[in-house]
Amino acid sequence: MATPKQEAHWQATKRLMIITMSLWFFFSTVVFMFAADINSVKFLGYPLGYYMTAQGSMLAFIVMIFWSNNRQEKIDREYGFSDEDREDD
Amino acid sequence: MAKSKFVQDLPKIYGWYTGGFIAFMLLMAVFEKMGMNAKTIGILFVGFTILIYAIIGIISRTVDVDAYYLAGRQVPTVFNGMATAADWMSGASFVAMAGGIYFGGYTFMAFLVGWTGGYVLVSSLLAPYLRKFGCYTVPDFVGARYGGNFPRFCAVLVLVLASFTYVTAQINATGTIASRALAVPFEVGVWVGLVSILLCSMLGGMRAVTWTQVAQYIVLIIAYLIPVFWMSWKGGFGIIPHFQLGEEVEKLAKLEAQLGLVANAPDAVKAAGVPAGLSSIARGHSAVPAGHVVAWQYISLAICMMVGTASLPHILMRYFTTPSVTSARRSVGWSLFFIGLLYLSAPMLATLSKIQLLDPSLPTAIIGKKISDVMQIEWVKNWMAVKQVAIADFNKDGILQLNEWFMRDDVVVLATPEVAGLPYVISGLVAAGGMAAAMSTADGLILAMANALSHDVYYKMIDSKASVVKRLMVARVLLVVIGVAAAYISAMRLTGILGAVAWAFDFAMSGLFFPLVLGVWWKRATRSGAIAGMLIGTIVGTAYLIWVGPTFNAATPWKDIHWIFVDNLRFGIPGALASLISMVVVSLVTKPEPKSVQDMIDEVRIPSGKTIIRTA
Repeated sequence: MATPKQEAHWQATKRLMIITMSLWFFFSTVVFMFAADINSVKFLGYPLGYYMTAQGSMLAFIVMIFWSNNRQEKIDREYGFSDEDREDD
Repeated sequence: MAKSKFVQDLPKIYGWYTGGFIAFMLLMAVFEKMGMNAKTIGILFVGFTILIYAIIGIISRTVDVDAYYLAGRQVPTVFNGMATAADWMSGASFVAMAGGIYFGGYTFMAFLVGWTGGYVLVSSLLAPYLRKFGCYTVPDFVGARYGGNFPRFCAVLVLVLASFTYVTAQINATGTIASRALAVPFEVGVWVGLVSILLCSMLGGMRAVTWTQVAQYIVLIIAYLIPVFWMSWKGGFGIIPHFQLGEEVEKLAKLEAQLGLVANAPDAVKAAGVPAGLSSIARGHSAVPAGHVVAWQYISLAICMMVGTASLPHILMRYFTTPSVTSARRSVGWSLFFIGLLYLSAPMLATLSKIQLLDPSLPTAIIGKKISDVMQIEWVKNWMAVKQVAIADFNKDGILQLNEWFMRDDVVVLATPEVAGLPYVISGLVAAGGMAAAMSTADGLILAMANALSHDVYYKMIDSKASVVKRLMVARVLLVVIGVAAAYISAMRLTGILGAVAWAFDFAMSGLFFPLVLGVWWKRATRSGAIAGMLIGTIVGTAYLIWVGPTFNAATPWKDIHWIFVDNLRFGIPGALASLISMVVVSLVTKPEPKSVQDMIDEVRIPSGKTIIRTA
C-alpha cells in the first residue's frame, strides 16, 4: 500500500497535472474555437488568430512544460521523493 | 552518479563539430566564388555530412545491452532534447511544412499546433513514469504493467503498424533528397539513403542513433534558420523575422484581395498541362475562415496529432535514455524548445517566400509581370525544367495572374534561397539539412521497431535464455530486414509524404494512448482492459480508415468530408474513443490487479528509488 506520504505526494502531482492539462486544453483547443473572432485583433502587428497558430500556442506549450516541471520538482522535494540533486545540472 | 569523462566532454565535442560544419560551409562558399558548379557543391554537402554521421555511428559501436538499447542511460538532458528534436522533425517537417503553410494557410497550420502540443502530454502524463519503470521499449512497459506476453505482443503490433507507416515516408524523403542532390535516379537514392541510415544505427543501436541525431539536429537547424534570417535581413524585413513580419502579413492580405484568390477547376489545370502535385495559391495567408466546420476540422486534426505524439514509441523511447526521472521530464521541455526553433520559423519562411513573389514593389516579384519575362528568370527556368513549377496562362493575356502560377510544396523550402538571390552554397546546405531531418527520423523509427521485435518478441517471448551476443545479433539482423523492407516499399512510390505521416499518429493514438496513460494514472486498469483497449482501438480506427477511403492529398487535407467531418487524416478520433471505452468497460468488469501490481504503480509514481524493471 502507498504510505500516507506517497498518497499526499500523488494528490499534489495529480492537482498539478489537472492544472497543466487545463492550460494545454485552453491553448490547443479553446483558442482555436474562437480563432476567426479574434483574428481582427492585432498582436505584434499580426492578426491574433493567425499569430496563435503560427507562434502563440507553441510558445505557450514550451513555457507551460518548463513551468510545470519546476512545480513538479518542488513537489517531489517537498515530500522527499526527488531523485536528483539540483547542483547536478 | 559520477558523470563519465565522455559526458562531461560532450559540449566541447559538439562545439567543435558545429565549428567544423560552419568552416565547411565557408569553404564551400569560397569554392563557389572560385567557380565550382552548384551540382558539385550539393554532392559535397550531402556526401560530407553523411560521412560524418557514419563515422559517429561507427565510433559508437557497442556490445553492451544497456548501451545498445538505452545509450547507457547517460544522455544529458539538453542533448537528449536535441536528439529528440531530430528524431521528431521528419523530412516532411523540413521540406514540406513551409510549403503546406504557403498553400494551405490557416487550416494547414493545425499541424504546427498538433506537432508541438503533444509534448505537454508527454511531459505530464508519460515520460517520467516510463523512465521510472526502466523499460527498454514501450511494449516492455505494457508487458510489465499488465503482465504476460499477450499485452506485450499487442503493443508490439501497434508499434510496428504506426512506425512502419511512418518510416516508408521518411525513406521516401531521403530518396528524393539524395536523388536530387547526388543526381541519381530516385530508386538509387532510396538505397543510398537506406545504407546511410543503417550505418548510423547498426553497430551502436540507441547509443549510435543518439549521438548521430544530435549531430543531425545541429545540421538541420543551421540549414533551416540561416536562409530564413539571411533572407529576412537581405530583403529588409528585419533581423528577427518572427517579431517583425506583422506588416508583411497584413500586406499579403491586401495583395490577395487585389489579385484575387481563385481556386482553379482541376480539369482546367490538367488541360493546361500543369504537372500533377503542383498547386496555386488559393487560400488566404492569414485569414481564418469563419464557422464551426473549419474550427472543428482544425481542432480535430490538432488533437489527433497531439495525442498521437504522446503515443509514438520512437519518441517515448528517447526518454528512457536519460540518467534520472527528473532529467527525463526536463528533457521533454528541451525537446520542444529545439523543435520550436524550426516550427516557429516555418510560417515566417512561408511569409517571406510569398511576399517576394507577390509584392510588386520588390525586384523578386513575378505575379503581374509578363509571362515571357518571367520565363527568362534563371530559377524559374531551372525548376520548370524538372517540372517543379509551372505556368498556365488561363486568360491568355500574357500576364502572370496569381492563379496561373503553380509550385510543388517542397519548392518553397528548396527554391526560396535562389529566389531571394542567396548563393548556391545555401541550396546545398538546405539539401544537407533535409537529408539530416529525414535520416534521423528514419533511424529512430527503424530502431524502435527492431528493438521491440528483438527485445519483446525474441528475448522475452521466444528465447529468454539467449546470450547477450545472440540478442544483439538478432537486433541487428532485424534492423537490416526492416530497413530493406521499408526501402523496398518506398521505392514503389505508393504514398505522398504527408498523408502517411498523419496516419502513423492516428494508428499510435488508437492503439497505445489510453493503455499507456491509464497504466500509470488508473490503478483499476486491468490486463484484459488493456488488451481490449489496444485491439479494439486499433481495429475500430483501421476499419474507419478503410470505410472513409484512404485518399492521400497533402495540399487539401479536408477534401473528403465524411461523417462529422472526420476524414482519413483523423481516424484516430474514433479509434481512441473506442480504445478508451472498451478499456474502461473491460477493466471494470474484470477483477482488479493483485496487490503486487498496485504496489508497483505506487512505486512508479515517485521519482526516487530504483527502476521497476531491473536491468540485466
